[in-house]
Amino acid sequence: MPAGSELFLIPGLPLLAFLLIAAFGLRPQSERAAPAPIIAALCGSLLLSLRALGHVAAAGPQQVTLDWLHVGPIQIDVGVLLDNLSGLMLVVVSLVSLLVQIYSIGYMKGEIGYGRYFAYMSLFSGSMLALVISDNIVQTYVFWELVGICSYLLIGFWYRRPSAAAAAKKAFVVTRFGDLGFLTAVLVLSFLGYGIFDFTALAHAAQAGALSKGLITAVSILLFCGAIGKSAQFPLLIWLPDAMEGPTPVSALIHAATMVAAGVYLVARTYFLFALAPAALLLVAIIGSITLFLAATMGVAEDDIKRVMAYSTISQLGYMMLALGVGGYTAGVFHLTTHAFFKALLFLAAGSVIHSVNTNNMWQMGGLGKRMPITSLTCLVGALALSGIFPLSGFWSKDAVLAAIWSSRLPGHQVMFVFALIGVSLTAFYMFRLWFVTFTGRPRTEAAEHAHEAPLVMTVPLLLLAFIAVIAGALRLHVPFTHGGIAEVIYYRREPETTSALVIAGSFLCAVAGIGVAWAAYRAEHISSAAFNARFPGVFQLLKNAWYLNRAWELFATRVVIAGSALAAWFDRHVVDGMVNAVAWLCGAGSRELRRLQTGQVQLYAFVIVLGIVAALIAILAGVAPGIILRGGR
Amino acid sequence: MTTVPLQAYLIVSAALFAIGLLGVLIRRNAIAVLLGIELMLNAANINFVAFWRYAGTANMEGQVFTVIVMTLAAAEAAVALAIILNVYRRFKTVNVDQINLMKG
Repeated sequence: MPAGSELFLIPGLPLLAFLLIAAFGLRPQSERAAPAPIIAALCGSLLLSLRALGHVAAAGPQQVTLDWLHVGPIQIDVGVLLDNLSGLMLVVVSLVSLLVQIYSIGYMKGEIGYGRYFAYMSLFSGSMLALVISDNIVQTYVFWELVGICSYLLIGFWYRRPSAAAAAKKAFVVTRFGDLGFLTAVLVLSFLGYGIFDFTALAHAAQAGALSKGLITAVSILLFCGAIGKSAQFPLLIWLPDAMEGPTPVSALIHAATMVAAGVYLVARTYFLFALAPAALLLVAIIGSITLFLAATMGVAEDDIKRVMAYSTISQLGYMMLALGVGGYTAGVFHLTTHAFFKALLFLAAGSVIHSVNTNNMWQMGGLGKRMPITSLTCLVGALALSGIFPLSGFWSKDAVLAAIWSSRLPGHQVMFVFALIGVSLTAFYMFRLWFVTFTGRPRTEAAEHAHEAPLVMTVPLLLLAFIAVIAGALRLHVPFTHGGIAEVIYYRREPETTSALVIAGSFLCAVAGIGVAWAAYRAEHISSAAFNARFPGVFQLLKNAWYLNRAWELFATRVVIAGSALAAWFDRHVVDGMVNAVAWLCGAGSRELRRLQTGQVQLYAFVIVLGIVAALIAILAGVAPGIILRGGR
Repeated sequence: MTTVPLQAYLIVSAALFAIGLLGVLIRRNAIAVLLGIELMLNAANINFVAFWRYAGTANMEGQVFTVIVMTLAAAEAAVALAIILNVYRRFKTVNVDQINLMKG
């Protein structure tokens, strides 16, 4: 039985490391030691997380709550909730985080701001772990914002580069847009939901019918708005590709494995609400399927390897959302877990390539397989896992997602299934397009010619992640949890998804077809992609410009928002200011009139005083006003 | 022994008070205004003493108050005369009508 303090230590250790690095690790002379505290802290967190997971598996969930604030009738606690979902997430986050930090030692070597980088990374790791283990929605929101600010700081890590600064700003503003929904959900809960923030209490209240159907639906949709922003779902997906301006390990940890998955995690965490709100679930499923399809098509026409992976991340997050939307709770969380590993792996492999050839453009690479064998092989493992090839982890989780869609009772799930299948093909296609162009063929530039394998400190995390990416599918085998399956929340259970040979065969064939087309186009060059682009310039332009989503948002911002702002400005200037000015004018005019009474004639004042006394006396004597002094006494 | 009734004292004091008040309100000379105030204070004193005398001499409040009021009047005269002196130096007049710098 882990003590409560032990659970608090899991996010506490990295946060402590953050303080340590911030205090001592920023000076040039001590900067070299900056990774030590965070790696030590994350080792501790990982061990504690594993212990906690073991505890959950053996003895069921545990919650420790401390008092924090009382505001009127509302009570806000701070606490930790350890159940199957958070136990699993803790292990995923601390493990990926640890490997990424080790990798960063090599990747960030010699960078200006080496200490600052590790300080931000520790703050992020601690906040993310705290977000995962939060037992109430307010605390979740606090850490939700904290990981958001870390993301901002790390995207803009090279803040002297204008594009990085702009990308950081964009990521922050766009996710804030979604966070508004989350904040509103918290406010709605505090004012209309009796101030129930605790997940346990909320689940009980929702299931006991203490909350109205409309309220549950509204809160679910608002929470999902937050998830749309954080997990880069349609239509707010535009920030994630730009977020690739940050250092690659940051992209691996924050923008692939953990933070962007926080949106999915939030939906999973509050699934007991979504389960009671069919409309919200349908919305989740629809947004998920649109996102997975759009992002997959965008990835096909992208030349920047990191951006391809960013689109891929968005697309996979779409799969998770879709799985949750159609009721495949376990499938969604399972896919989140495996995706965290293989996508972190892919990003770290990409980082290794970028580190070596100093470009992001895959057409300036080529033939790197011979020069960087470990990177190339681990990247292949990641690509196979992502494409869902048997028996890698991605196969099991993607199959679970597809099976969940297939067996869903949601209206329109057939269409979603088709979208998901096309998505599988596209995923395999763009991933292997990337792999073939980068690692096979001839080097296209000098830099690619002289590429060399990354140092051990970078390749070891790659190998470890590759190993996990291969075996993580075993989680599907339902480790013997005494309380439900691998990712079940304590307060929500559903029947296990069934899978069918048809679904497995379909997804497998789609993936193989995607890989085959990629091979034909970019390895064997049977098909000319240039000819295809020349034949269908419209399609190519559409995909190249990412469906003009950025343009659409720009138009929205410049037209609709500005027009709306103009209206609001007019209202502010004329109605709000008008009212304020009217009050001021009234006071002024009244005072101007009253001022005349002030003549400066002392005798007039005295006269008025006397008149007042006389009037008061008359009133008292006539019995109109109470005369305490006159009637009192003996 | 009580030959003079209370009403007589009260009438005298009321008259004194009215005269003082009138002085305060209509005289232009600041010193005359001050004198009016003194008259009003003394009218109050007469009342105190008269009531003390007729309400029973066992308690000393009436006399005590009279002494206090006299002290106060002395202090007030000192301050007021100092003010008037300064006003005269500043305005070259003690006419209260013309001292209206505080007009709004």
